[in-house]
Amino acid sequence: MKPFLRTTGRVAVLDRADVDTDQIVPKQFLKRIERSGFGDFLFFDWAKDPDFELNHPDAEGATILLTGRNFGCGSSREHAAWALQDYGFDVVVAPSFGDIFRSNSLKIGMLTVALPEDEVRALMAAGHGAELTVDLEEQTVGPYRFELDPVDRRRLLEGLDDIGLTLRHEAEIAAFEAAHPSRVDTRALP
Amino acid sequence: MGKTLFDRVWEAHLVAEPADQAPLLFVDLHLVHEVTSAQAFEGLRLAGRGVRRPELTLATMDHNVPTDDRPADELAAAQLEALRRNCEAFGVRLYATGSGREGIVHVIGPELGLSQPGMTIVCGDSHTSTHGALGALAFGIGTSEVEHVLATQTLPQRRPRTMKLEFSGSPPLGVTAKDMILGAIGRIGVAGGTGYVVEYAGEAVRRLPMAGRMTICNMSIEAGARAGMIAPDETTFAFLEGRPAVPKGAEWERALDRWRELPSDPDAAYDRVVELDVGGLAPQVSWGTNPGMVVPVDGVVPDPSDFDDPSERDAAERALTYMALEPGTPIRDIEVDRVFIGSCTNARIEDLREAASVVAGKRVHPRVRALVVPGSAGVKRQAEEEGLDRVFETAGFEWRRAGCSMCLGMNPDILQPGERCASTSNRNFEGRQGRGGRTHLVSPAVAAATALAGHFVDVRELALEPVA
Repeated sequence: MKPFLRTTGRVAVLDRADVDTDQIVPKQFLKRIERSGFGDFLFFDWAKDPDFELNHPDAEGATILLTGRNFGCGSSREHAAWALQDYGFDVVVAPSFGDIFRSNSLKIGMLTVALPEDEVRALMAAGHGAELTVDLEEQTVGPYRFELDPVDRRRLLEGLDDIGLTLRHEAEIAAFEAAHPSRVDTRALP
Repeated sequence: MGKTLFDRVWEAHLVAEPADQAPLLFVDLHLVHEVTSAQAFEGLRLAGRGVRRPELTLATMDHNVPTDDRPADELAAAQLEALRRNCEAFGVRLYATGSGREGIVHVIGPELGLSQPGMTIVCGDSHTSTHGALGALAFGIGTSEVEHVLATQTLPQRRPRTMKLEFSGSPPLGVTAKDMILGAIGRIGVAGGTGYVVEYAGEAVRRLPMAGRMTICNMSIEAGARAGMIAPDETTFAFLEGRPAVPKGAEWERALDRWRELPSDPDAAYDRVVELDVGGLAPQVSWGTNPGMVVPVDGVVPDPSDFDDPSERDAAERALTYMALEPGTPIRDIEVDRVFIGSCTNARIEDLREAASVVAGKRVHPRVRALVVPGSAGVKRQAEEEGLDRVFETAGFEWRRAGCSMCLGMNPDILQPGERCASTSNRNFEGRQGRGGRTHLVSPAVAAATALAGHFVDVRELALEPVA
């Protein structure tokens, strides 16, 4: 995973609440077994509408998405986070996020920033294409400060591999396994 | 201060609490399916890692599989084949299509007795919350996390907050577990449970059979909660006893002793408590494009101007446009083209019995195309032994093989643009059942009655036989 320190880029504004992961990447693209190339399918059905927010010429090349509350609710498909990242977004700013989407995004190094709704609105007011700086070291988006779990923050700043981190606790995992007999054995099933 | 069911399961699975990582939780059971696993296995391959505990892992095929004789499309077939290859290469047990043991992952876990009280269970699917009905801590994960669990059998997790959702009172005849959870989501909203593990409690929950409890826990994620749980009791134990993966003999007795220790203490504290009286609850029907947009079946389509919050008003307007509905239209006047009875929410044998009791001896409305899809090969066999397939087919329903089917439109079972469907599934998002399709979430009883009438029906008005 690439370290994330700060980014300055242009914003795209998607002022909708409860955007679910079925909209972010519809089911027909979940059959692919690759991890790349999902950007082409981002908001596939909505994007057919010429008036769709991300089709606005000023939103082109945006790297920061400003959007409504509960963004990424619904299905656990990590494809939604892959699609946003592959499309070019490094950061998504919203008043709140679906839990699984948020954790998926942080796992792949795409920063999700939760700000109070009035601050998101103030950022949205500048419109598509406005320049914005997101600084993870300082924990700021433009003029606003944001909170992030210190563990997630450090992992992003240093670009650490989560599995690698966990495997440093091999001794503890092995000790737990030794002390706790398996609850089931799927190989013993009929 | 007492402990909650969640506290006990969480604390019993803490492997480590590292300073530089979230607490590390041990995973007792990892369920795998074709859609969210291919990239995880590929990640293992690239890093030269294996599956740490294949005996705690089980894979099945559900999302992509056709439920009739049509072949899987090329991409779906490739994904199913990738799962087969990956399971073989990494030594993971696979219940493939046609094995006679396959089914929707959240139906077969409990059916096999793999999902047990006090366990931690994960799967790359948000409806993993279903298994919480057994008293397990079960939640959906993304593909990076699937890879993490395959490699380490653990998962770094922040401790969630706890919510107790107490269903008080006794639901009227014709009001089911599905209506209870839809009513609850309508009440707390689609993000009301975000960051929480919800424990469902109260007399109305205690009286539910396991299938109803699974329906409720299944839809926790539709309220934003990653996990829902119900304390195990005699109903749970009776359900589990004798199932293939459950301990036998003296081991069973020891398991029972452990499981009886799990329920929350009376003085346990929760971060939030919500009470919902189901005594006056009506069957619920969704009118919009998220599962919080529900009204009673005897209600009307709401007017966006009734919403104070501007973003809710926007969402309601957008939803009504998509759903092609006018404010003020009585729900019972809405005509449907399709009926789908199935999904990890409502495709267990009890759900099929509930629907069959409404359908028996009647005919599907001529305009309606109706589908019944059992949740697993086992449910299908059981239903056929009971003659339910004949009841449905005689009435004009299609009787299919097990799979996710029309819940999510990843297989040949989809709505055509503009088609309106009464569905026992869990999500009414735009395009969920097929591009341009319009989904109304309902219980199996309402879906069945709607198939007969061609429009939504208040099943409280039918002479419903109570379903055992």
